[in-house]
Amino acid sequence: MKEKGTIYPYIPNSVPAVKAEMLKAVGAATIDELYADIPENIRLKRSLNLPKPLLSESELARHVEGLLEKNKSTRQNLSFLGAGCWQHQVPAICDEINSRGEFLTAYAGEPYEDHGRFQALFEYESMMGELLNMDVVNVPNYDGFQAAATALRMAARITGRSRVLVAASTGADKLSMIRNYLKPDIHVELVPYEPTLGLMDLAALKTKILEQDAAVFFENPSYLGFIETQADRIAAIAHAHGALCVVSVDPISLGVINPPVEYGGDIACGDIQPLGIHMLYGGGHGGFIATKDEQRFVMEYPSRLFGVATTVVEGEYGFGDVAYERTSFASRELGKEWVGTAAALWGISAGVYLALMGPQGMVEIGEGIMQRVRYAMKKIVNIPGIKIPFEETHHFKEFAVNFDSTGKPVAVINQALLAQGIFGGKDLSGEFPELGQSALFSITEVHTQADIDRLVATLEEVVR
Amino acid sequence: MSKPISKKPALRRFHQASWDEPIIFELSQLGQRGVLIPEVGENIRQEVGEVAASLPDSIRRKTPPMLPEMSQLHVLRHFARLSQENLGVDLNIDVGQGTCTMKYSPKINDQLARSSKMADLHPLQDESTVQGILEIMYRLEQMLKEISGMERFSLQPGAGSAAIYANVAMIRAYHAAREESNQRDEVVTTIFSHPSNAACARTAGYKVITLYPNEDGYPDPNALKAAVTERTAALMITNPEDTGIFNPKIEEFVRVVHDAGGLCCYDQANANGILGITRAREAGFDLCHFNLHKTFSTPHGCGGPGAGASGVTNDLTPFLPKPTVEFDGQKYYLDHERPQSIGKIRPFYGVAQNLLKAYAWVMSLGADGLREVAEVAVLNNNYLLKKVLEIRGVSAPYAKGKRRIEQVRYSWERLSNDTGVHSEEIGYRAADFGIHYWTSHHPYVVPEPMTLEPSESYSKADLDEYVAILKNIAEEAYSNPEIVKTAPHNSTVHQIEHESFDNPDEWAVTWRAYLRKVLKK
Repeated sequence: MKEKGTIYPYIPNSVPAVKAEMLKAVGAATIDELYADIPENIRLKRSLNLPKPLLSESELARHVEGLLEKNKSTRQNLSFLGAGCWQHQVPAICDEINSRGEFLTAYAGEPYEDHGRFQALFEYESMMGELLNMDVVNVPNYDGFQAAATALRMAARITGRSRVLVAASTGADKLSMIRNYLKPDIHVELVPYEPTLGLMDLAALKTKILEQDAAVFFENPSYLGFIETQADRIAAIAHAHGALCVVSVDPISLGVINPPVEYGGDIACGDIQPLGIHMLYGGGHGGFIATKDEQRFVMEYPSRLFGVATTVVEGEYGFGDVAYERTSFASRELGKEWVGTAAALWGISAGVYLALMGPQGMVEIGEGIMQRVRYAMKKIVNIPGIKIPFEETHHFKEFAVNFDSTGKPVAVINQALLAQGIFGGKDLSGEFPELGQSALFSITEVHTQADIDRLVATLEEVVR
Repeated sequence: MSKPISKKPALRRFHQASWDEPIIFELSQLGQRGVLIPEVGENIRQEVGEVAASLPDSIRRKTPPMLPEMSQLHVLRHFARLSQENLGVDLNIDVGQGTCTMKYSPKINDQLARSSKMADLHPLQDESTVQGILEIMYRLEQMLKEISGMERFSLQPGAGSAAIYANVAMIRAYHAAREESNQRDEVVTTIFSHPSNAACARTAGYKVITLYPNEDGYPDPNALKAAVTERTAALMITNPEDTGIFNPKIEEFVRVVHDAGGLCCYDQANANGILGITRAREAGFDLCHFNLHKTFSTPHGCGGPGAGASGVTNDLTPFLPKPTVEFDGQKYYLDHERPQSIGKIRPFYGVAQNLLKAYAWVMSLGADGLREVAEVAVLNNNYLLKKVLEIRGVSAPYAKGKRRIEQVRYSWERLSNDTGVHSEEIGYRAADFGIHYWTSHHPYVVPEPMTLEPSESYSKADLDEYVAILKNIAEEAYSNPEIVKTAPHNSTVHQIEHESFDNPDEWAVTWRAYLRKVLKK
């Protein structure tokens, strides 16, 4: 039924003579004989109805590039989008390493033929450990959402409790993932934020927290960009009730902001996309979970944990899986949650990034982002009709901007910005209706003063 | 040249790269920089001063993280060396990771996905600025619908296990909508279905019933009938199973579960041998999933990012993760207004660059090409089966005299009984010849297992070479077992002393833990 006996470059044995020789070797007259176990009545009796193939690379490239040409990237425009995926500098070396076929096309090799990926991922864990001041960090799981949801499941198993308190400033999508993932046995209760500062309402936390609570969860910096400066007090309240303190952090902030363990956090989690990984329309995510090196924590990880060990030869580093029996690979439904193909390549990339940045780079990038954000907030708040919710609170790389007094909804403002080649902030009106017509603007080290000034000038025009 | 260069020996004289590379912290040189950060500029600095310093004491970091300090070339060199100490599909005859479909990932697709118009897209951009990627996602969904016969797909899952998890969550939402969630608290699977079927179901709150095959390795309808009751929420089953055996009674399985009011979820991680041959729809399934990094060629990336796709019939469509990608005849858009959706299972919409690669792969093959993929994958597998069984000490339990689809779970039980050499050790020795080899998922129902899946990417000569290596190792096991039991000899490192990995006092998941626990620093 083949059109013209194409020899496919990806299928060496599509050469008819080879096929015939192999069929003879297996004692079959036709390939169809090899499918004898598949009953006739569930066979597809026709060809798949798919587009005509583009057999040569140039035809394929022309077609796909034609589609991609319809996209307009953040490099062709000035983007202030963040909300969980951020435009940061991606060092060329990160792409150079994650494009190498030895890493890109490997999978689940043993620590002998794939020593390299074990060492690279052990080093990733180790550098993340320095950033987080924690002794245990997992091989990346899927993304920051899954990391948060799993961290909360871990807290429930560690404490033997069945409710978690979650900061109401958490973004709607992450909250959706957490709620779904904790079903049906762990209940999620929101703790409101204080309306003028955005910080967790500690009085409400004290009222709500019960002895059945496994964890208090918050983000630092929060989804709305502010820094939770009462983190130590939240942790103390959680601990006073026997609950764990679980904190989701932006790893790129950790050169200037304390990691959770320093203010009482028991489990840290987050997303590594900011660490040398392109945004990729949301394809650049990887999750991390970090804890102290205590058995009661380590044994609750669902993820792979690569450890270092001796070999039979002096001076060699060997690697392997720590406490493998906890995983579903080893123990199916008796393992902790489940584990699968997640984001190892991004772990390697993040490791490369952290090695390039070094201690000084991480301090400089954190300080530089905070300075730009402070500058942008100062300028934007002076625009007539524009307010900044939580203006008095410290912010890291994002902040909400409220347009209520301009009489224009975010959607209209963003369309006007777009017409000027600017991608405005994420519209928050759906997920935080109490903030009115607000948008979340993100500013990173890629933004120059001229970029920020241009945003301010354009906003001034647009809201007028 | 006084004489011709001799012919290559029958077996490759391989040695893996062994750079004896230190841990990266040991390469640190005080004051070195690998990359510089864009300066904030004098104006901003003057206007706002030092900002981080104004943070309250409890939240401000006082000591910079103890990261290595290295120049750019030294970072590059270190990781380039580590990459050389790794084998991927690009380098080895990667048939030894059965169930994972280690096929060639075409470079043109990687190249296309590196475009700035893919890499530098923010997922929250206005839809008018991302029509290209939305169209690719939409078209890929149409392809997967045709390949499976299902009515809608979500491309949001990060990979196969996340797709299985999404499917379980949809099953749970479906029964909840019918107010049957209290009654239906069991999921039935088989021992030769991927472990994530059992593990995701358990995580989602289900009791898991695992069926074992009949004596000949086929899923047993009687075992199923005994397990299925009004408590059954779903059957979650891989077909062909991880043994490479296609369940010929799959329709009966579906009927039994449907008759009891349960749903049927088809794990199509092993679809490589059945593309264009048989589909989830004809077998009667309500949900299915594909691993785009397996069957659809996107690279495995040392363990992700992959990409998963969850397919459902119309009855389950309201529960799909949101948003879905839609087309109104003029433009592509994201539909967030899906009140019965299970919500998010990942940030945004999926591993978009891999969706692009999977799309390009299908476009480069078409219907005939996909069928050729399946047929050659099956031919390769049955050829490999024939050749492997000529090796002393190995067997292919189950399905006696029958053909397999795309992989086989073999057993070295006889060799192990004869020589004391275990399957894992054969794998370590295989590394000495530049190939990867995997035993199987646990538990080892098949004793001393080895799971080989030769996909369509490997030539007959590749398969012959792989078999020659295994044959050589088997002969060594009989003649000189020590050489196998002390392997690897030609790899990057020698035998690892594993004991510490299960000892809380000694395990070290980070360099700082190693320094503290082992070096007592």
